[in-house]
Order: sequence, then C-alpha cells, then structure tokens
Amino acid sequence: MTYIKPKFHHPELPTNRLGYTKKEYEGVISTLCAGCGHDSISAAIVQSCFEMNIEPHKVAKMSGIGCSSKTPAYFLSNSHGFNSVHGRMPSVATGANLANCDLLYLGVSGDGDSASIGMGQLVHAIRRNLNITYIVMNNGCYGLTKGQDSATADAGSINKTGIANEFNAIDLCGLALELGATFVARSFSGDKSQLIPLIKAAMSHKGFALIDVVSPCVTFNNNTGSTKSYDYVREHMEAVGTFDYAPYEKKSQLIMTAK
Amino acid sequence: MVYVGALSALLDIEHQVLKDIIASEFAKKPKLIPLNEYALQLGIDYAKKNYACPLPIKVERRDLIGDLIVMEGNAATGLGAIYGGATVAAWYPITPSTSVVGGFEKYANKLRIDKETGAKKFAVVQAEDELAAIGMAIGANWNGARGFTATSGPGLSLMNEFLGLAYFAEIPVVLVDVQRGGPSTGMPTRTQQSDILMAAYASHGDTKHVLLFPCNPKECFEHTALAFDYADRYQTPVIVMTDLDLGMNEHLSPPLVWNDERQYDKGKVLSAAQLDTVAKWGRYLDVDGDGIPYRTIPGTHPSKGSFFTRGSSHDEFARYTEDSNDYVKSMDRLNVKWETIKNEIIEPEIYQQKNEHSIGIIFFGTTTYAALEAMDLLKEEGIETDALRITSFPFSASILEFIDAHETVFVIEQNRDAQMKKILTQELEVHPKKLVSVLNYDGMPITANYIHKTIEEKLKATISKPQLV
Ligand SMILES: Cc1ncc(C[n+]2csc(CCOP(=O)(O)OP(=O)(O)O)c2C)c(N)n1
Ligand code: SF4
Repeated sequence: MTYIKPKFHHPELPTNRLGYTKKEYEGVISTLCAGCGHDSISAAIVQSCFEMNIEPHKVAKMSGIGCSSKTPAYFLSNSHGFNSVHGRMPSVATGANLANCDLLYLGVSGDGDSASIGMGQLVHAIRRNLNITYIVMNNGCYGLTKGQDSATADAGSINKTGIANEFNAIDLCGLALELGATFVARSFSGDKSQLIPLIKAAMSHKGFALIDVVSPCVTFNNNTGSTKSYDYVREHMEAVGTFDYAPYEKKSQLIMTAK
Repeated sequence: MVYVGALSALLDIEHQVLKDIIASEFAKKPKLIPLNEYALQLGIDYAKKNYACPLPIKVERRDLIGDLIVMEGNAATGLGAIYGGATVAAWYPITPSTSVVGGFEKYANKLRIDKETGAKKFAVVQAEDELAAIGMAIGANWNGARGFTATSGPGLSLMNEFLGLAYFAEIPVVLVDVQRGGPSTGMPTRTQQSDILMAAYASHGDTKHVLLFPCNPKECFEHTALAFDYADRYQTPVIVMTDLDLGMNEHLSPPLVWNDERQYDKGKVLSAAQLDTVAKWGRYLDVDGDGIPYRTIPGTHPSKGSFFTRGSSHDEFARYTEDSNDYVKSMDRLNVKWETIKNEIIEPEIYQQKNEHSIGIIFFGTTTYAALEAMDLLKEEGIETDALRITSFPFSASILEFIDAHETVFVIEQNRDAQMKKILTQELEVHPKKLVSVLNYDGMPITANYIHKTIEEKLKATISKPQLV
C-alpha cells in the first residue's frame, strides 16, 4: 500500500490567490484510526492555509511524539516538518525560529506531549512569547500508547477500562492565560466552522497562539462516561463554544533572529 | 615592600623590574612611588648588610615563553564558536561550562554586531534546562544556522535522547562538554575526563558520535571552529570534550590563528537551483557512496525538497517505515558515513618521526603536558618511550598502527574506569592486556610525577612476569 495520494486532479479545481488548489496543501494519506479527531484538525489546517494563501514552503511544521504529532505528515506536503522527541517540540521550534524568523511556525502536539512530559517546554515557550501557532490535539488520553489517562482528563471522566480518573485536569488554556499568552483559544475537532477561523486567527497572530482542540480518540476514549467523547462534547458544545478572548497586548519580541 | 627588597637582594632579582612594577602599580597615585622605592631600597640594604647576598639560588631572566599566550580554555572555545560561524547559543548554566557561552556572548557583542544598525547578529538563549538547550541548538541547525550548546556531565546525561535524534535524523549540532568530576553531581569544581564513554555512545540504540579532544586554548579555539564544519559536513552531532582544568584555568598556549581565506564547509545542502536540476531527490539517498546524503533547508523551494524530519525509522525518502530492509539499509549507511569520517577526521599528534621504542604512551586533552614531562623524567632513568596524543574519535588508522608498533602501550587518562582504554580496545579490537592504564581520578589535574611513578611501578611489576600481553 502506498500512502502517497495521486498527484492527478481535476483541472478546474478552485485555486487560491497564489494559484494553488487545496490539494497542494494536503499531505499523505493518514494512518490514524478512522474517525480520529486529529484527522479533522489536519483537514482544518489544510483549509485554513488554502484560504489564507499561505506559501506552503514558508511554513515549518513542528511536532513532538504521539498520534497527534504524526499528523504533520498528513497536511502541507510542501512544507518542511520536524517530528522531534516526546514533549520537546517547543525547544526545537525556538531554535528554528532563531535561525529564521520569516517562516510561519505551526506546532502540533498532544495532551500527553504538552501537559505531561512537555509541560516545562510549553510553559517556557509561552513565557518567551515564541512566534508559533501551537495546536494541542486534546483527547484526554495517550492514544499512541493505548489510552492511558492524560493530565487533561477531567476528574471523574471514565476511560475505556471503566475506571474514573481521580485527579483534577490541567487546563491548558487557563495555564496559558495565567502565563500571559497573547492568543488563547479552545475548540473542538468536530466543529470546523469554529476551528478554521480560529486557526486562521492564530496564524495571523504574531506571538504565541495556543489552540486547545478537544479531539476525541475513537479507539481509547470515546466511551460513555468519558468527557472527551464525541457524544459528550457535542452535548456540551456550548461550553466549548464560548471561548474567552484574550486582548492582544503588544509584547516585545524577545526572540532574536540570527541568519 | 621592605620584604620584597630584601628578597630581591637574596635572589638577585633585576632592580629595574621591581622599579617598573612599582611605577605601574602606583601610576594613579604617583606620590606613593618614591616612598615605595625608598622602602624597597631599605630592604635591599638590610639584606645585603646582614646576609650573604645573593643566595646560591637566583632568579634569572629567560625567554622560554616566546609568543605563547595565557588564556582560559572556555574563552577560547567561545571565540572558536564565533569563528566557526555559530549564531545561536542555547544553554543552561552549569559549572564548569558556563564561561563558554559567556565567552561566546562577550566576543559576539564585539564581533557579531551589524556595523550599520548596531543590531545583534546572534542569539543567546538561557534555556529552561539542558533538554531544551540542545533542542534549540538542533532546531537552529535544522533551519540552516550554526547553533551549539555547552554543558557538563549532568547536562550531557539529560541531552542523550536528543543526541540520538540528531544522529539518526542526521541533523548537525555542536556540543561542548566541559567535564567535571562525576558521577551524579559529583565534584562540580574538580576536573576529570570521565564523560568519554557516555559522549561517544550517547543515547539508546546503536549510536556513536564524533568527539574532539583539545589539549590547550589554541586547540579549544580550533577544534570548536572545526566542529561546526564537521557537524555540517557529516550531518551529525560533534562533541568538543574539554574539562574543568582546561576550561576554567588559565593555560599557556600558542597564539590563536585564523586564516581569513577559510570558507565554512556547509556540506551537502541543496539550493533551490540545484533542487530544480535533481531528478529524484531523497533526503537519505546515498548518492555519492560516502554515506552522506543531501539535505535541504526549510523555505528553500516552493515545491521540491520538503520532507518530514523524524527520529522514527525512515526510508531513503524520509518516509516512515518499519520495514526491516529499509531499516538495516539506513543503519548500514550510517556506518558507511562513520567510515568516511574516520578517513577524514583530524589525525592524532605523534611525537616522533618513527616509532623506535617498545613502550608507547597514549594520552589526550589536559593530560598532555603532564605526560610529556613524565616522558622526560622516564628518559632520565633510561626508559625511553614513543608517544601519541588522541585528538579525535572515531579513531583514525594511525592509532592502531601506533599500538601495533609497540609491545606495551600505556593509556593515561583522568577517570576511574579507563574509559578511553575501553573504547580503544573495543573499536580497534586490540587485546585489552596490551593497553596498560595510568589512571588519576581524584579530581585534581594529573601530574607528571604521578604518571612517571605509576609507569615505573607497572614496568617493574611486569619484569617478574614474562610479558605484559
Ligand atoms: C521519552 C518517551 N517516553 C515515552 C514515550 C512513549 N509515548 C509515545 S506517545 C506517548 C503519549 C502520547 O500521548 P499524546 O501526546 O496525548 O498524543 P496522542 O497519541 O493521544 O495524540 C507516549 C507516552 C516516548 N515516545 N518517549
Ligand atoms: S489511537 Fe486514538 S488518538 Fe491515536 S489515531 Fe487512534 S483514535 Fe486517534
């Protein structure tokens, strides 16, 4: 089986201002589970970049390790990407930024990657106001290692083994606000009408832009009693839909550039 | 000053030298000069009147220093990074490496400022920890800049995972390890050469890294600059191995020299124009047979040369694979690259035209000057030796030739477990008994007397036995 999509496409596909079709923003075929929320986020990224007339090769896709961190293979094939090590994407993105601040940095991570092993690096990237759009594909569990609870799992949320999580969740948006992040949003992978505008806004923002996207794991955390299941999130859409607006406060760009 | 005067009469120190020192010391308070000169004279007169001056030991003017300079290794390392083209330094404070980045920043503020705008053309980031520090250095190199980090043992331990990524994904990065006494927090203000094994094979899985071993500030400067060329040329981590003694103490050193004609070796990086002419580019394709593939920098070309850098197993086109053949092929190619490095890396220093004696000694780094002095001491007793100083890893063929040419080879190093001997034995497949260790690991710089005494004892012990081997 090949994971390369055919290059052939209909000659009359709509193009954007740069003359690119949406296909030119896609990646190889996803190997994630069918129905995984992460794939919808990839599709939203493709749509956002297409609509924003972004030159694909001017984007650098950064990720850590996890199902979520694999997704840069599934969008923007013409962009360089960096699948780093677990939880350490912010540092690699910081170094890349120091080498070239003219690229658009798009980071994707998971809740395990960002809220546990990578918490230290995330916090410091926010503190330095790294110029990056940082998307957390938040499924409340470790998908890649078969569904253990993550630090963003809500207290009382029941995982696939039927056990209720005892610990309080870390709220990444709350944390980012507390740290003075200049753009903070929460969304849902299943709501592209909200997610796409948010991604576009984040990518237009100069400075650290966090989008915490609830992105259900159909294989390990989509059961009844899980607060990160499709059903639960849809039923509680209102809570997800009312995100706070953090006023943009101009911060000095602490990151210097060297070429 | 009276005391100094008396001493100068006893030791016959040149009078004018002392007068010059007084003049410069009190240049800002000239009224004190005649008073001090008077005190000096009182001392001289007293000594001459009461003792037989001068004593049989005398102080005499000599010119053994020539054009040598005095410098701390870390400052030279920082300057080497500037001359080597580094623009990004990311680090986390740790003794004894802190002054490497301090030196880099100091010199960068002089040498790397845009003349017209006054803007800094470099970045120094104090990272949140060593994991982040090396992550930043790797990110910068991936994106085309020359970035480095400097640390010591505990930091190197933390950097292991990232070193494996840079090895496997083939990203250049330079790391300076100023070694201190280990293990764990160990002796942070004492010296050792005890990170060698960890540095050589840092990270899980089959990994190995290029190491350089400077022995004085001049080499700290040169090796660090060279490390950036090696990292780019071979697309792999390069670790400059110094130690606390070399890094933080002032050492006599030949002057630092730089050839302004020298061009950076950026290695195999494809430009947009080159990408247009390449029919089928693969990030990990061994086009030239030397194991070194062609890389691309983000942002170079609108439709060619992009790929997903990853530490997971990949095929020649950087696609994820767990296919055994693909995996073995890429691991074997990394070995081909390793052989290329072996053939091109700087040679060891060999201290004789040809090997003449049955005893050879091997040393490296700050052990060098004590070892050379010990050779002289041994020679005075009629024990003549040949010597080789290791400057790099992987080992070039001349090291095995040296070992083969001697009956007994002493390996002098500053750690408990004979780390360099272990690597020599393993990499060169020499019989472990052929290499006899001289080890000092008390945290103080190794001395010539200690080396002399130990070699002498070990030689005596072997006389009772028929052979060392
Ligand atoms: C240092 C290290 N520890 C553990 C792992 C194993 N591991 C891989 S992904 C992962 C968690 C992934 O969870 P998350 O970031 O939430 O991503 P998801 O798969 O849910 O999208 C873990 C623990 C690893 N790759 N590296
Ligand atoms: S395991 Fe979960 S997170 Fe991973 S691909 Fe499958 S559904 Fe998505």
